[in-house]
Amino acid sequence: MSADNVIEAQGLTKRYDEATVVKGISFSVARGEIFGLLGPNGAGKTTTILMLLGLSEISDGQARVLGFDPVREPLAVKRRVGYLPDQVGFYDNLSASDNLRYTARLMGLEREERERKIATALTHVGLGEVMDRPVDTFSRGMRQRLGLAEILMKEAQIAILDEPTSGLDPQATAELLHIIRNLKDRGVSVLLSSHLLDRVQSICDRVALFNQGNIALLGTVGELGRQVLGVGYYVDVEAEGQGLAEKLRSVPGVKSVETPSANHMRIYAERDVRSDAAAAVIAAGGRLLRLSVETPSLDMIYNRYFENVMGGRHAA
Amino acid sequence: MQREGSALHGLGVVVLKELSDHLTSVRMRVLEWLVVLFALAALYGAIQQIRDTTAEDPFLFLKLFTTAREPLPFTFVSFLTILVPLVAIGMGFDAVNGEHNRRTLSRILSQPIYRDALLFGKFLAGLFTLSVSLIALWLLVIGLGLFLLGLPPSGEELARAFIFLLVTIAYAGVWLALAMLFSIIFRSPATAALVALGLWLFLTLIWPALAPAIVVAFAPPSSSEETLILAAQYLSRLSPSNLFGEVVLALLNPTTRTLGPIYLSQLQGAVLGAPMPLGESLIIAWPQIVGLIAGTILLFVTGYIIFQRQEVRA
Repeated sequence: MSADNVIEAQGLTKRYDEATVVKGISFSVARGEIFGLLGPNGAGKTTTILMLLGLSEISDGQARVLGFDPVREPLAVKRRVGYLPDQVGFYDNLSASDNLRYTARLMGLEREERERKIATALTHVGLGEVMDRPVDTFSRGMRQRLGLAEILMKEAQIAILDEPTSGLDPQATAELLHIIRNLKDRGVSVLLSSHLLDRVQSICDRVALFNQGNIALLGTVGELGRQVLGVGYYVDVEAEGQGLAEKLRSVPGVKSVETPSANHMRIYAERDVRSDAAAAVIAAGGRLLRLSVETPSLDMIYNRYFENVMGGRHAA
Repeated sequence: MQREGSALHGLGVVVLKELSDHLTSVRMRVLEWLVVLFALAALYGAIQQIRDTTAEDPFLFLKLFTTAREPLPFTFVSFLTILVPLVAIGMGFDAVNGEHNRRTLSRILSQPIYRDALLFGKFLAGLFTLSVSLIALWLLVIGLGLFLLGLPPSGEELARAFIFLLVTIAYAGVWLALAMLFSIIFRSPATAALVALGLWLFLTLIWPALAPAIVVAFAPPSSSEETLILAAQYLSRLSPSNLFGEVVLALLNPTTRTLGPIYLSQLQGAVLGAPMPLGESLIIAWPQIVGLIAGTILLFVTGYIIFQRQEVRA
């Protein structure tokens, strides 16, 4: 395996008696990167994660986590990898710190180190003041943060987060994403799964798009955009004038132009064509009202991809 | 394929956590009070009865465990036969499915331990809790017996009572393993508890009556009376309560010569009513004791195998 990859999967397959839920996927996660596994529920994301952790048997193919084989050396993997399960649960009758104390002892931390790390981790995720309260008083967001505190306490080299933001309100989501970015800053590689695309887009370096047990697309969001939509940018133009869409279509680098409403045009382009588009509008005698550029959102890519797949057509 | 590291790594941590859960839980306190109250009632009855009918019995002390007095229908032993399974089931029925439902299982198993440690730790903690309660109860009975009867037990009586204690713990182990097995099979704790309680009622109350009926129904018409009786007895021994009852009979009733039908040849030269030495009593009950321990191991291993193959995702 390459020295800079912390996770490598090759032909990873999970078969049950009746169905194959993961169909020979291959991907790798580089050190220090935030990698997103995206896709609808039931696409095989959680199963993939459990196989990487050695919590589910691998039917076929190979996985290496930090150079260890999760099948033969699950303890070595689990010592170095922190896992936040989907809808993580805690012992409700115990306090936040007691919950962490239990896992810390399972990790084999000595008392002094344990207490220090628990306090630091809980403070870091903003639970320092409620560390002695029983967990059954905690909100969803607090539980997710407690789960992240466990990973911090473990000083894991990889954090695997399954649907970390599902069911959270916008503010709790923002707080959680902030903590996840902090993990990255500490040099932790992050593998996260989600079906909430727009949230994830903002923090993922690369993503893999799951579809029915396969990885349909893999790369940075920009790359995916070019693969699926054929463009890396789109420019929204609001302008009054005649025949503007025709003029814009002839600007170099423009792939296509849509007109969602009378004075609104959307340009799909390979590059940022704002200045050329503005010049074209002015040259045609139009009145430019608004001009903005965006990279395609994952939502857009995702929807377009599944439209293409369902419609039986191939992406551009 | 060899796994790295010990299967029991982290076992001690799990045992301590589960123990503290058991010892502080409301459920455990209710069960313990139930046990203590029943035990005191049975003991009180026994002591009254023994005082009224003091006989020249060399094993008077053991009578504490096996004597009943109206209006209470049960002896100390018969109440243990009924209540120990209840307590054991009460402690084990949500051992594994509870972790599933709280969604703590995958988080705990993602720590550097094997599933072996979690399951074995839960069993050990349960058995330990049961042992502590039973030992406390046993000491209570011995103490009260000393106090109220004013008669010290002989060395042999103590030895028999002590072995009786160990057997009771093994008996509790069977039901704990059974309850944990159901907690692995059924995702809902309520289902697991109900099935375990149903099986307990069936094995304790119905099976002893059903076993002879089954034998009669299926035995060829030519079978002798003796074959029928033996077959019914073997069949009834599938119930742990029955095994426990037989061991207790041999241990606490030293005149017991056999747990099966008595043959004339066995009576030749025997002094009727003469007590057996402890060693002989143990030999008589040995198969039943081994049966109880083997049953515990079998049930635990079955649960272990199912648990190893189970998916951890909720």
